[in-house]
Amino acid sequence: MRVHAAVYARGLRRHSTYRAALVAGALTNAVFGAINAMVLLAVFAARPEINGYDASDAVTQVFVGQALIAVTMIVNTAPSLDLAERVRGGEVATDLLRPVSLLGWWMAEDLGRATFTFLFRGVPTFCVGLLLFDVVLPGSPVQVVAVLLSAVLATVIGFALRYLCSLSGFWLLDSRGLWTASGLVAPVAAGMLLPLALFPPALADVLRYLPWASMVQIPAEILLGKDSLPGGGAFGGLALQAGWAVALLVFAAWLTGRATRRVVIQGG
Amino acid sequence: MADTLSTRRWGLPAPLRDLAREPRTYARLAWTWTRAVAQYPMALSLFTLGVTLASLAEMGAVVVVFAHAGTLAGFTVYEGLLVYALAAFSFGAAQLLTGSVDRLGEHIRTGSFDTMLVRPVSPLVQLAADQFSPRRFGRIVPALVVLVVALVMCDIDWTLERILMLPVLLASGVVICTSVWLIAGCLQFFATDAREAANSVTYGGQALTEYPIAIYGRGLVRSVTYVVPLAFVSWQPALHLLDRPDPTGLPGFLRFLGPVVAVALALVAAQVWRFGLRRYRSTGS
Repeated sequence: MRVHAAVYARGLRRHSTYRAALVAGALTNAVFGAINAMVLLAVFAARPEINGYDASDAVTQVFVGQALIAVTMIVNTAPSLDLAERVRGGEVATDLLRPVSLLGWWMAEDLGRATFTFLFRGVPTFCVGLLLFDVVLPGSPVQVVAVLLSAVLATVIGFALRYLCSLSGFWLLDSRGLWTASGLVAPVAAGMLLPLALFPPALADVLRYLPWASMVQIPAEILLGKDSLPGGGAFGGLALQAGWAVALLVFAAWLTGRATRRVVIQGG
Repeated sequence: MADTLSTRRWGLPAPLRDLAREPRTYARLAWTWTRAVAQYPMALSLFTLGVTLASLAEMGAVVVVFAHAGTLAGFTVYEGLLVYALAAFSFGAAQLLTGSVDRLGEHIRTGSFDTMLVRPVSPLVQLAADQFSPRRFGRIVPALVVLVVALVMCDIDWTLERILMLPVLLASGVVICTSVWLIAGCLQFFATDAREAANSVTYGGQALTEYPIAIYGRGLVRSVTYVVPLAFVSWQPALHLLDRPDPTGLPGFLRFLGPVVAVALALVAAQVWRFGLRRYRSTGS
């Protein structure tokens, strides 16, 4: 556990060195958020309510998505976990020599990165939204806790999906095709491209239960206090997210075992 | 000897001859990169399919948005798709031709830009052709298909002038996007890790121009007309083709200024590139 805490702290420190990139990134997220928000405002000006969403709900979801985009890294079509490149290049052999599990090591590192990115890129992006638009804030301390917990679960799900993509390299040799595919599915299925409420209700209901929705749509609905959440409230939403986080991590642990039994390292 | 002979036969002054050589060098470099990526045909086709599906998703979003709103800024869904297709085509073509310019910071950081500078080929041509990939056609082809569909479905009064103007408007759009791309890329001469900030102008500009820009309000329309002239990529051409008055009240002659704006912006971009190149000092070590 101490090792994981140390790796977490190093992950946090490592990402704190790229400050200019951080400011540039937050600016980009804010610009895209503003553009998406204005398009949605125009839509809601024509129709004040769509499937239970009003203008400020939609704008809030846009900025939840932009604030979490760099934390969960779901829209990246290029490999966004160093592990992917290490599986391809063979350096993963070094990782496997360590007396800690591969999954735990990479999760600690990635959560360190995610924590820093959330605080210094996600939160500022959301604040820009708050300044420019009618963005909804959590109403009570309990809701603040629920939203933060939801963001943590979203981060874990994002990590687990990217870890699984990286592991696929043990079988596919080059996992970049899978990364591209997941980077394309994710923004649509997560409610990032458009809030799922704008999709046909039957489709939205299916997408809401898939892991991608747990990274934008569900956190946004928890913040907005929507009753369209599974079970009708924040608790159901968190349970769905926790379920996906656990399921994906268990699968990842199992797959790690399979992969490491397969691996053959050449040379010496 | 051979050089003097060819000069006499072509009868062109040296600077113009150089200018004529650049596109051929570019084509040769692009072809080299194409052959390189074609070594992995499976990966190339998957990437191309991926890019195509991504454009289809964006298009789907436009359709969904118009389906809910009915009309936006007085534009129906097909007129909205016309705006989308004009923007997507111009940005797609600019990205195909010079999309790698936004990797300038990476080249500076790793020192590969210095390698480009010692080669006897214009560094701009090398930079623009770097990592050229035919997968970017995956963005242009769907845009062209939607453009044709939209042009057929919209109620356009096809006078001879409009028919002749269409390719001019498209070419101006491509030149404007290419210039914006180059200017944004040149920012990295001054801040090497500003790639993402540049993206907010390049990809952000694309996202902005995919919808009738009147929905963003008068202030923004004025700034993308007079400051960063992205309005001439899709908005003004669409107004001209559809023969609409500008709903934000800007003068009607603006829609004919696309080519002028394109040439002016290209000259600015060239100056910015030269300025950056002259100021460039290698990163050392």
